[in-house]
Amino acid sequence: MSTASTPLVQVQDLARSFDVSAPWLQRTLARQPRQLLKAVDGVSFEIERGKTLALVGESGCGKSTVARLLVGLYPPSRGSVRFDGMDAHATYAGPEGLKLRQRIQMIFQDPYASLNPRWTVEAIVGEPLLEHGLIPDRAARRERVSELLRSVGLSAQDLGKYPHQFSGGQRQRISIARALATAPEFLVCDEPTSALDVSVQAQVLNIMKDLQRERGLTYLFISHNLAVVRHVSDQVGVMYLGRLVELADTETLFANPRHPYTRMLLDAIPKMRDSGRARTPVQGEVPNPLNPPSGCTFHPRCPQATDRCRQERPELRPFMGIRVACHAV
Amino acid sequence: MTALLQVRNLVVEFPNRRGTLRALDDISFDIAPGEILGVVGESGAGKSLTGAAIIGLLEPPGRIASGQILLQGERIDQLNADQMRHIRGKRIGAIFQDPLTSLNPLYTVGRQLTETILAHLPMTPAQARERAIELLQDTGIPAAAQRIDHYPHQFSGGMRQRVVIALALAAEPQLIVADEPTTALDVSIQAQIIGLLRRVCKDRGAAVMLITHDMGVIAETCDRVAVMYAGRLAEIGPVHEVIQRPAHPYTQGLMASIPDMDTQRERLAQIDGSMPRLNAIPTGCAFNPRCPQAVARCREERPELMRAGQTRAACWLHAAQGVSA
Repeated sequence: MSTASTPLVQVQDLARSFDVSAPWLQRTLARQPRQLLKAVDGVSFEIERGKTLALVGESGCGKSTVARLLVGLYPPSRGSVRFDGMDAHATYAGPEGLKLRQRIQMIFQDPYASLNPRWTVEAIVGEPLLEHGLIPDRAARRERVSELLRSVGLSAQDLGKYPHQFSGGQRQRISIARALATAPEFLVCDEPTSALDVSVQAQVLNIMKDLQRERGLTYLFISHNLAVVRHVSDQVGVMYLGRLVELADTETLFANPRHPYTRMLLDAIPKMRDSGRARTPVQGEVPNPLNPPSGCTFHPRCPQATDRCRQERPELRPFMGIRVACHAV
Repeated sequence: MTALLQVRNLVVEFPNRRGTLRALDDISFDIAPGEILGVVGESGAGKSLTGAAIIGLLEPPGRIASGQILLQGERIDQLNADQMRHIRGKRIGAIFQDPLTSLNPLYTVGRQLTETILAHLPMTPAQARERAIELLQDTGIPAAAQRIDHYPHQFSGGMRQRVVIALALAAEPQLIVADEPTTALDVSIQAQIIGLLRRVCKDRGAAVMLITHDMGVIAETCDRVAVMYAGRLAEIGPVHEVIQRPAHPYTQGLMASIPDMDTQRERLAQIDGSMPRLNAIPTGCAFNPRCPQAVARCREERPELMRAGQTRAACWLHAAQGVSA
C-alpha cells in the first residue's frame, strides 16, 4: 500500500472504552459487573496530506475522543493510528515520541480555558519552542513568536499581554499560533469555533483556511455545526454512538446524504432562507451509550428500520464512492 | 394593534469605581400579543440584559437608569421585589439556557410544577397536579403521569428543557422571555424544542421574546427580529426583511459571516475588529470604526432608528428616507 500517495493519517479500527464502574467495594456489595463505556468503537478513516476531514455528530458520539486518541492524550483500547507510515502510539511511547508531537498539534474548543491566565502571550506561544528545544535562545524565540502572531493576524505588540486582555476570537488565534509554533503538519481542531460569535467565527475560519493553503496543513476538524463543516472540509465523517455511520466527500454528502441519521441531521438545521418550510421533525434522542440498542444503534430513531436492523449491526461498507453503515442502502 | 410589552428608551447602567458603564443605551421596542420577537447579537451586545431588565432580575449594581417598561400599559420597571415576584411567573414566564441549573435537583419536577401553579392560580393541590400532568403532556413528555414524580437528573437534556418550558407556561403567562433556550442542546433536539416553543406559544396566544445568537433559530421561529450591537438597537423589522435585505451595515456583515448550507464560498465575509468594550464605545454610531460605509457624520452624531425599507435601522445611510421613528 505504500505508494507515493499514502495518506498522512490512517486510522484503522480505532476503539477506546472507559471504565465507568462503581467503586470496587460498592460494586462487590451490590454484585454489579464492571461497566465499560465504549466511547469510540471501531472507527477507520484516512486523511490525505493537505486535506481536511471533518467529524460531525451530536454530544457523546465520540468525536472528541477520536481527537484525543489521535494526538496521544489517550492510548487506544484497540486498533491503530498510523501517521506518515509509522504507528503513532508506539512512537509516542518511544524515543521518537517528542519528535512526533512536534508534527501533530491540537487546538481546543474553549480559548478561555486552554490558555494559562498567568502567562504572557510570549510565554504561551513560545512554550512549545522551548519544550521541544527548538529555539533555546530567548531573543530568537521572541522573534519567532512575533512572526507566529503576525501569521494569525495579531501583532508583535501583543507579546507582553495576558490572555484576559484579548477577546474570545483573539484568544483562539493565540491558540492557533501556539499550535503552529513547532511547524506541525497535522492539526487536530476540536470544535475550534463553537465558543465564538459568528462574525468572529468567520475570522478564525478564514485564518485556518489561509494557513492551510500557505503551509499545506492537514486538518482533522471536529464540529457539531454542519454549515461550518461544509465550509471547511474536503471529507466528512458522521458519527453516532462511537461509530462512523457515513464517510463521504463533502459535496457528495451534502448533495446526497445516504444514511438516515445524516439525513436527519441535515434536516434538523434551521434554514436561514425560505423559512416557514415545514421540516420533518426529528424523533427521539440519543440513547444511553452505556446500554446501546442492539443491531444498528440508530434503529430506535430510524424511520426505515427493519427487523434486520434490530438484530444485525451494519458494517461501514463502500457504496457508490462513499462509505455508509446501513442495511437499507 | 396594542402592544403587550412596550420598552421605551430603556437605559441600564452599572456604576463602578471608575465611573458608570452604560450597558443598555436607549432601547425601545414593542411586542404584540401572540408575537414572537427575536433578539440577536454577539456576546456582550446586551441581549440577555434586556431580558433580565424586563423580568426584573437585573443583578446589582446594575440598575435601570431611565426609560420605561410597560406590560399592558402598566409600568413594571419601578415595582419593588415583592410586587415583581407576583408578575414574574404569573404574567411573565422565563426560560433560561441551561435546563439543569434552572430546575431544583432536590425536588421532583411535579413538586416544582405544582408549587408554581399553587403560587399563582387558585387551585387545590390535586387540581394543580392534574394541571402539571397536562402541561408535561403538552410539552411532549411521554408517560407524563409517571414522569411527574421523577427528579431532574432522571431526564435527558432535551426532556429537561421541555420541563422548563412547562414550568414557564404553568401560570398561563402573557409574555415569555426565553434566553438562549436551545443553545445547550444538540441540533436534532434543538429542532424539537423550537417547534414546541412556537406551537405552545401560538396555541396560548402568549408573546415571546426569544434571545439567541443563532440566526437560523430566529429565521425559523420569529415574526420580527431586533439586532443589538454594543448595548444599542442596530436594526429591527420583520424577520424575512432583516435576513434577505438587511439595512444596517452591521446586520449585513453579520448575515454574510454566517456559513450557509446552500451557497458555497471560498472565504466567509468577515467584519474586521471586534465589538467595543463598554468603557470605550466610540462617539456617534457605535459601529463606525468597523463600518465599511462610515462617513464623517457617523463619527460625530449618533443615529436614531429610522425607516429603511421594511425595517428600521439606526444608520445615517438611511437618513434620506427621513422619518425618524
